[in-house]
Amino acid sequence: MSEPRRPGPEEARTHCPYCALQCATRLSGDREAGVTVEPADFPVNRGKLCQKGWTAPELLGVPDRLTSPLVRGSDGRLAPASWETALDTVAGRLRRIRERHGPDAVGVFGGGGLTNEKAYLLGKFARLALGTSQIDYNGRFCMSSAAAAGNDAFGLDRGLPFPVTDLGDAGTVLLAGANVAETMPPLMQHLDRPRLIVVDPRRSATARRAALHLRPAPGTDLALALGLLHIAVTEGLADTGYIERRTRGYEEAVGRAMGWWPERVEAVTGVPASDQRTAVRMLAEHPRTYVLTGRGAEQHSQGTATAAAFINLALALGLPGTTGAGYGCLTGQGNGQGGREHGQKSDQLPGYRSITDPAARAQVAGVWGVRPETLPGPGRTAWELLDALGGDRGIRALLVFASNPVVSAPHSARVADRLAALDLLVVADFVPSDTARTADVVLPVAQWAEEEGTMTSLEGRVLRRRALLTPPPGVRDDLRVLRDLAVRLGEPASRYPTEPRAVFEELRAASRGGRADYSGISYERLDAGEALHWPCPDTAPDHPGTPRLFLDRFAHPDGRARFAAVDHRGPAETTSEEYPVYATTGRVLAHYQSGAQTRRVAELAEAAPEAYVEVHPDTAARCRLTDRGLARVSSARGAMTARVRLDPTLRPDTVFVPFHFARDGRANLFTHPALDPRSGMPEFKVSAVRLDPLAE
Amino acid sequence: MSSGPHPGTRAPRRILVAGGGPAAHRLAECLHAYGHPGPVTLLDAAPEPVHHRPLLTSLLTGELPPAALRLPPPPGAEVHRATEVTGIDRARREVRAVRNGTVSRHPYDVLVLATGARPVIPPLPGTTGPDGRLAPGVTALRTPADLRRITGATAVVLGGGPLGVETAVALARRSTATTLLCAGPHPLHRRLDDLGGALLTARLERAGVTVRAGRTAVRRTPGRVLLDDGSALPAATLVLCTGAEPEVRTARAAGLPVRTGIVVDDALRTGDPRVYAIGDCAEHAGRAVAGYESARAQAESLAAILTGRATVHRPPPYVFRPRTPAVDLCCVGPPAAFADPGVRTVTLHDRAGERYGRLAVREDRIAAAVLLGLPEAIAAVTQLHRYGRPVPSDRLALLLGVASAPPSTAAGPDENAVICLCNSVPLRKLAGAWRDGARTVDALADATRATTGCGDCAARIAGLCADWAREAAAPGTSPGPGAGGAAPSGTGEAAGSGAVPSGDAEPGAASPAPNREPVR
Repeated sequence: MSEPRRPGPEEARTHCPYCALQCATRLSGDREAGVTVEPADFPVNRGKLCQKGWTAPELLGVPDRLTSPLVRGSDGRLAPASWETALDTVAGRLRRIRERHGPDAVGVFGGGGLTNEKAYLLGKFARLALGTSQIDYNGRFCMSSAAAAGNDAFGLDRGLPFPVTDLGDAGTVLLAGANVAETMPPLMQHLDRPRLIVVDPRRSATARRAALHLRPAPGTDLALALGLLHIAVTEGLADTGYIERRTRGYEEAVGRAMGWWPERVEAVTGVPASDQRTAVRMLAEHPRTYVLTGRGAEQHSQGTATAAAFINLALALGLPGTTGAGYGCLTGQGNGQGGREHGQKSDQLPGYRSITDPAARAQVAGVWGVRPETLPGPGRTAWELLDALGGDRGIRALLVFASNPVVSAPHSARVADRLAALDLLVVADFVPSDTARTADVVLPVAQWAEEEGTMTSLEGRVLRRRALLTPPPGVRDDLRVLRDLAVRLGEPASRYPTEPRAVFEELRAASRGGRADYSGISYERLDAGEALHWPCPDTAPDHPGTPRLFLDRFAHPDGRARFAAVDHRGPAETTSEEYPVYATTGRVLAHYQSGAQTRRVAELAEAAPEAYVEVHPDTAARCRLTDRGLARVSSARGAMTARVRLDPTLRPDTVFVPFHFARDGRANLFTHPALDPRSGMPEFKVSAVRLDPLAE
Repeated sequence: MSSGPHPGTRAPRRILVAGGGPAAHRLAECLHAYGHPGPVTLLDAAPEPVHHRPLLTSLLTGELPPAALRLPPPPGAEVHRATEVTGIDRARREVRAVRNGTVSRHPYDVLVLATGARPVIPPLPGTTGPDGRLAPGVTALRTPADLRRITGATAVVLGGGPLGVETAVALARRSTATTLLCAGPHPLHRRLDDLGGALLTARLERAGVTVRAGRTAVRRTPGRVLLDDGSALPAATLVLCTGAEPEVRTARAAGLPVRTGIVVDDALRTGDPRVYAIGDCAEHAGRAVAGYESARAQAESLAAILTGRATVHRPPPYVFRPRTPAVDLCCVGPPAAFADPGVRTVTLHDRAGERYGRLAVREDRIAAAVLLGLPEAIAAVTQLHRYGRPVPSDRLALLLGVASAPPSTAAGPDENAVICLCNSVPLRKLAGAWRDGARTVDALADATRATTGCGDCAARIAGLCADWAREAAAPGTSPGPGAGGAAPSGTGEAAGSGAVPSGDAEPGAASPAPNREPVR
């Protein structure tokens, strides 16, 4: 049974369950009469919502909602079980695996959709109750490259170090690999005045609204960014005063960029030299300029270097830490920002602290009431962790929260194999996701409009998620699940509060003095309507939060930003006779992430019912594909099935496949698990594939 | 194994590189990247660190300071500067070098010759002094030091090849009165036909370069260059862009096979299996001094060969792309290909726009192309040629660099065309709502959620409302959306999107006013 809760209020002011824009909404109604949503007037969404937001209430009543724990029986089938049975089963098997194989034989896989409270408690649970170093999360597939580059450059990683609303006053905005018109539509309200430069191999919905569209071949964004820096320097457009005052490492970075003159960049990227020059002039001639990166630039085996190269460009033009200008990355998942700050990342402790930093370990251990040496060290990153599943590879049990790696991880057939090789797979979710279906134990948990907590949006603003409804009978909150498991594993119950507010109070203390300092933020202040962006230390009088970072200094000890000396290498895989076309993957408006939620919403499923592949008509003709026919898209790793959509605006050497679909429609069946050496990001954006027609 | 017979070699091989230019540098970089475990030593005759040679003209215009052109030191390699290789003892596997008069010896397991090329000095009287060196006021153009020899307000650039063209434009940009002198009918005559040559000449003249084609220099005196027609050109500096020849002296003295360059096989090996040659000094497949990109490609291949990642060097397709702001120009493939009977050619000539493009297509690949003033086509064709990809079926669009039209335009009004992307609202749904009485943008938003995502489509939907209202009011036509053939709104991206195919509902004949409240 679920926790007894206060009866739900008739109206809840909360935020959309999906992306990092976290549009404000007002929910009203109840399960019987139905829940309706209205967009709220909020700086980010200004009373607007996309189709996903409008239809989100349908999630609350999906027919296959999980309302009972499921345990796989001796017959191999998942069958309903009581919570006691399920939790006892999980705890008992975890204990045995740990006793026989050590704590690192148990892994945890979290998600960027978890509230700050859950992400925090999940990290604590892994380090203390399980004692494992093997925890990471799906944000590794999302924000890790930009995070690594941002930390290196600025000493701190907050997606947008300025409020979204600042963008509206810009003269020029460069969007590198970001299709915001589809992925976070209400954001476009802030981009309708600036001139847009869009970098995308596709003529995406966002590119159609650009003043200048640069179309680099997949996997060559880094060469383009180096080339833009080259032009800024050779045309005398670099801000030498700013570089002198506020940065380090310029000479070395420019030394690398010098090798990338426009004609060479053109040969590698396919972007005309004249367009490169135009882009740099557009960026340099207006003081209010922003450079923003998205997954298109970051999801590469050289994704960190690519993000760094765009930061280099921004630094050379004097943008970051300047009023009305800057660099930012556009966070993807709902709590992709907070999710990477509170300790579910393999190398981090709460407050965005490094798990290898002795001072950070001492601080967090103090809050947790344990000795610092009992905290495990850094573990594997997401793909490495998934690749290490199964007896002989090290990890024998995996707990998955708010993630669906069977669909979302690269080379997903291998992931499915590895998951199947586990002794124990436990999945906490509210729908039977593709990963949950393969689990040994499934734990039904609450969802957005049934829970309290906080989320941190793409602009680093901490927001309250509020409950309209109580969870259905049989459903429990993740916090309670963690507490109940921890107690069974021998932990004191007091270490695992189940009230979100109590968890947040602990999170405040653990983050105090860290890079992402939440110690001055409270539910009271948030509920009173304060707009609080971290860092927000606990001061008297109350710290107002930090909407704009770096105006005085960057977060490195010397206050200076760092250029990164990066060079272009190219993607891990290039086309060949057998696999002659590049495939790149991405999102569509109607779906979110693995689609486990949005594919269950009728209106969204109707808008985007199945996997498809966008193909240039010439390429289609060469591969004998017909518009609306089926195609098999194969790489050296695997093949998926997709409906053909002809698009003459595509590069003929490139096809596009959205990654939201399940089973045979999984784009990740063909993607490449080559990792960025710095961030652990897989190369989702470049695969060499072959296309073959398929009968219906 | 192609990397040479080294049976039984256990210790990591010592790789010695004679040369420190771009090819040597790139080789060292790649050996490091590929994890070559042994020592890599470069013996560089130049006293200065290696520089990006294609950027020399940026130095000339003052766009860049000399320091900016220096390449970062190659990681993991030991570089001896001002160290000239004077001999190779192949039997002892040892190289002799001299630095400041001091002789040193360097043993190797693998020797790579990357000695580069030196400028060809034409037999033009007055060019060299009694010591055989270039006279004051005369310079070649290969190193930053050469640039310092350019002085005065006038210059003659001798040679109509790519370096001559780039240099002349760079000099003109820094306000030196510059004449480009070439013997052919126009600059780049080996690459460009008469039409292209005329356009190029016009572009160069506009960039401030005086072009004297079809003439040869007969004598140089201080401050002047005399031509074969008796005329004279003012030339405080004479810049020789008359080609380069491979530096092969050491290789020849060591008894390695040399033709124009040091002859290498497909594994970039010379006649001695322990000795390789790359870059401008090497002659691979009958070609020497093939240029910067070719040298880099050879270096990359050799690093792969020496670390067991590859067995042969496959030269990348050559793209001729001078670096000059005066003109966007690119040529690929052999010019003779245009005359092949098996090719189909496409030609675009826009005289007023000074644009010229010519493609020779064999089957569906580019056999040759000349493109001038067509930046998008240059980028596209370069990639097609480089990666051997098929040519798009719309060849004129390729030349013009315009994206083909989206299918909805070609197919005419499409009732399924999505007008509001944020809420997946197709035209037919809006038309249906209009027929049902939603006659304003707000009413349509209430009925369909169109405009409630980013709001960008609001203007377009206002246009649709106006069109439909006008259509409904027009006498003698079936009114409202659903009648078909409405005028395009003009506010949308796709022409014709304002028209709606027939629907089965009775259109709102009695509702002509565009801003009328919806009837519910």
